[in-house]
Amino acid sequence: MQFSFANQGLAWSDAYFLAQGLLNTVRLAAAATLVGTLAGIVLGWLRTVSVTARIATAPFVDIIRSVPMIIQLILANSFLSILGFGASPFWFGTVALGAWMSAVTAEVVRAGLLSVPLQYRKSARSLGMTGYQELLYISLPLAFRTGLAPWIGLVLSLIKDSALAGVVGYIEYMRSTQILITRTHETWLLLMGAGLFYFLICYPVSRYSRRLERKVRV
Amino acid sequence: MIRISNVQKAFGSVIVLKGIDLTIEKGELVCLIGASGSGKSTLLQCINGLEPIQGGEILVDGISVHDPKTDINKLRCKLGIVFQQYNAFPHLTALENVALAPRVVAKRSRAEARALAQKHLEHVGLGDKGDSLPSQLSGGQQQRLAIARALAMEPSYMLFDEVTSALDPELVGEVLETMRLLKSEGMTMVVVTHDINFARESADRVAFLCQGEVCEIGTAEEVIDHPRKEQTQKFLRREKRTPLEIVKSSVA
Repeated sequence: MQFSFANQGLAWSDAYFLAQGLLNTVRLAAAATLVGTLAGIVLGWLRTVSVTARIATAPFVDIIRSVPMIIQLILANSFLSILGFGASPFWFGTVALGAWMSAVTAEVVRAGLLSVPLQYRKSARSLGMTGYQELLYISLPLAFRTGLAPWIGLVLSLIKDSALAGVVGYIEYMRSTQILITRTHETWLLLMGAGLFYFLICYPVSRYSRRLERKVRV
Repeated sequence: MIRISNVQKAFGSVIVLKGIDLTIEKGELVCLIGASGSGKSTLLQCINGLEPIQGGEILVDGISVHDPKTDINKLRCKLGIVFQQYNAFPHLTALENVALAPRVVAKRSRAEARALAQKHLEHVGLGDKGDSLPSQLSGGQQQRLAIARALAMEPSYMLFDEVTSALDPELVGEVLETMRLLKSEGMTMVVVTHDINFARESADRVAFLCQGEVCEIGTAEEVIDHPRKEQTQKFLRREKRTPLEIVKSSVA
């Protein structure tokens, strides 16, 4: 007598399963980018204006930037679960990836703001602008130009790192691919397909950023 | 009227201004001359509060610049300043450069600010350059743009900090021409300059600064042509040896 599993080979219904995983990846990456970038801009600005803020936030930035994402995800997941936070895997992923994004974006924002020549800031203040007006109309737009290319690099990193969110139980694209590999043993085909789709998500982002860079170049 | 009394200023342990007294009357053009490091530029930046001072007082129309209770942003609207380096905002067109402060500081409407900006661009001879980015303008045009930007706030005083020092020799003339135009319209001006000829032609009074003090002050004729103090004479002998004369003749 021979055992055989049902649906051992790839079936069309698996495409739907993968598409769902892909959608989850996009959702997670978009949410983490949004949260991380907004927090990163505020954090980066704080780190330029106040020495106290810089020292106080240094451990956060340094630890997050130096510890591998997979360890952060597992630790955050266990830690939050022990504390009794019963959030969904999507929110765990968003918080962990968003925290990473905020730390690395903060450094890009800080470098961008520090690269704004003092003479522009002085001119703005000499026209009667307040510090906030100067930040809004002069420093941030100029920092945006310097920071755009490195920031896009971070977004691409984040999209790829979101593949690790499977360890906290989030069924994103990589996780759904792994599940299918376990069942069908179609390793090559599925992994190549996964690679192709990650490329298809990342490539337009980098193309668009190149166009944007050309448009805002000064 | 700008009244500077006993102003002292130090960068760390380096004392730059050792008690400056100077009064600038309405409608006057005062040139500050002196060797590099004599404190001319620093004094100018103290007048509009960009630099803090350690002692003394600067009064602009009776308002103390360094009093913490003073609304410095409001006071700065009265004091236009143009710097040595070109510093037109590089991400904005010429027109936007001029219109920005009227819109966000003086709270004028967008259309009003643009009209005002166009008027001031025409005033300095850049009426057709409104859509250009600063990177597309020459050094002289960028300096005139900076003048227009300061004028758009409709200041009562204009401060010039060696505005021609960074320019190619052939571009100096157009900027000085713009400054003479302002002078002819009765603008009160404080001009830090190395251009002795400009000081002689245009200044109502010339102040020679030396080692953080006003060494000699008087009309251009008194200070430049008949200096009494030894330091002034030494400085002017040195300045007249510089290739300034050659530059001027090539411009004319």
